[in-house]
Amino acid sequence: MSYQKPVTTLYDEAVTALARENENIYSVDAEGVWMNTHFREAFPERAIQVGIAEQNLVGVSAGLASRGKIVFANTMAAFITMRACEQVKVDVAYQGFNVKLVASITGVYGAYYGTTHHGLADIAIMRAIPNMVVVVPGDSLEVKKIVNAAVEHYGPMYIRLDYVEPIYEEDYPFELGKAVTLRDGKDVTLIATGSMVKRALRAAEMLSKQGIDARVLNMHTIKPIDEKAIIEAGKETGGIVTLEEHSVVGGLGGAVAKIVTDKAPTYVKRIGFQDTFCEIIGPYNEILEQYKLLPPHIVDATLGFLKRIKK
Amino acid sequence: MGGALSSADMITALYLHVLNVDPANPKWEERDNFILSRGHGGIGLYAALAKRGFFPIEQIYSYEQLGSKFGTHPSLKIPGVDLSTGSLGHGLSVGVGMAIAGKRDRKSYKVYVLLGDGELQEGSIWEAAMSASFYELDNLVAIVDRNRFQVFDATEKMMAIEPLVDKWKSFGWAVKRIDGNDMEQVVDTLEAIPFEVKKPSAIIADTVKGKGISFLEGKAVSHYWEGPPPEEQVKQALEELGGFE
Repeated sequence: MSYQKPVTTLYDEAVTALARENENIYSVDAEGVWMNTHFREAFPERAIQVGIAEQNLVGVSAGLASRGKIVFANTMAAFITMRACEQVKVDVAYQGFNVKLVASITGVYGAYYGTTHHGLADIAIMRAIPNMVVVVPGDSLEVKKIVNAAVEHYGPMYIRLDYVEPIYEEDYPFELGKAVTLRDGKDVTLIATGSMVKRALRAAEMLSKQGIDARVLNMHTIKPIDEKAIIEAGKETGGIVTLEEHSVVGGLGGAVAKIVTDKAPTYVKRIGFQDTFCEIIGPYNEILEQYKLLPPHIVDATLGFLKRIKK
Repeated sequence: MGGALSSADMITALYLHVLNVDPANPKWEERDNFILSRGHGGIGLYAALAKRGFFPIEQIYSYEQLGSKFGTHPSLKIPGVDLSTGSLGHGLSVGVGMAIAGKRDRKSYKVYVLLGDGELQEGSIWEAAMSASFYELDNLVAIVDRNRFQVFDATEKMMAIEPLVDKWKSFGWAVKRIDGNDMEQVVDTLEAIPFEVKKPSAIIADTVKGKGISFLEGKAVSHYWEGPPPEEQVKQALEELGGFE
């Protein structure tokens, strides 16, 4: 594979490019310096450092936004959603201010940093806050599309920067709240977000060799979620497997299960972290192996699921 | 209630003398910002906003009733309110953001944040205080309503916050301590802002909780004077406050 830039660099480049044309774009960070290296260099006046102080990060961002700025507030997933959770609720969401809360080191990407630095409940927390849009790019190209959409969409937004690799080979139309069908299929639907999108695609290829024709949806927007795509998946494929590098409590799986139970009863299998801390230390990929989140595990889980629902 | 009364002199001075605001255009870009960070005691702010002409005073008679804009804590839905508040420890950070925006945009507006004394027990206040001096925000003013009581008891019995002047100075602020119920001192102090160039200004305003109503003055119980109070007390309170318009 060709050289792959880190997701935070792709994000930084996208924000910096837009900031050249829009002088209202600000970048605030609580020592999230790897997220705005280019921006700080290009626009030192519009890059605000608050130090290791997440509550102040979100409050200061809200104040800038109340004065007409489009603010990207950067730090790690675990801290921006939990340490500053009440500031997110009160100072950003309740006011309806134009702040984009951007998280890196999501899921278990913090691997050997340990449990304190894992972000496995962030989607659930952000989903539960009214006015908040929740997005997770699933590929390198999508990072830029989501940053563009964030500037166009007025209001609070949570952007979760999962570890991603290129998926899309060519440009495609991106729309907030609309899932992307990466592979059509009739036997089962894999609905994935963020880092799990590419893993779902690989799993679908492996399943096809066993005669299972899996649909794959990239659910980049978790709130507001694409109800139509979920309902169609249920009706047309009869079973849904959700995939997220996040707790199965309240994340993508929870969001999909809600739509299914409300509007189109279908079997759902949720793959992710099963209401547990990740307490294993090790490299990222080996932790994913331990928690059965790699393509071969997805294949096994999907086959077991299909057997259980007797398809 | 007690906090609304202890800070009434300062809020009156701000809205009727100091703040550069336009009731006809509450979101005017050049306006001074005011944040009632303490949140509770919104009723005092509502009266000042009405007096300044943001809305007819009759509107606030719906206070705390079903469907009213006017709750215990102020909301952005109210013309002239710059931030919905209520949870303690939020306003100073937001004020820092507003003040940084003012500096970057080369605008001359100021940002005034009124803090409760008990509120200073929140750690987030000190994160904000540290960043205000770091960014040399001499367009930012913190006013501490030092009425000496939080909900249940005296601050110094619950969790001591003194020495306040030394604390704010050590965080890089220019500080003055005044009698916050003495209108002349309040006005003189507000007119002297910034106290020092390139430093945020802190006013430690010693006040009396429940000021103006003798049976509430200096009592923690004045924090919650939840209605309806006995008619006799209402009559006495209104008389002591100088009547009802």
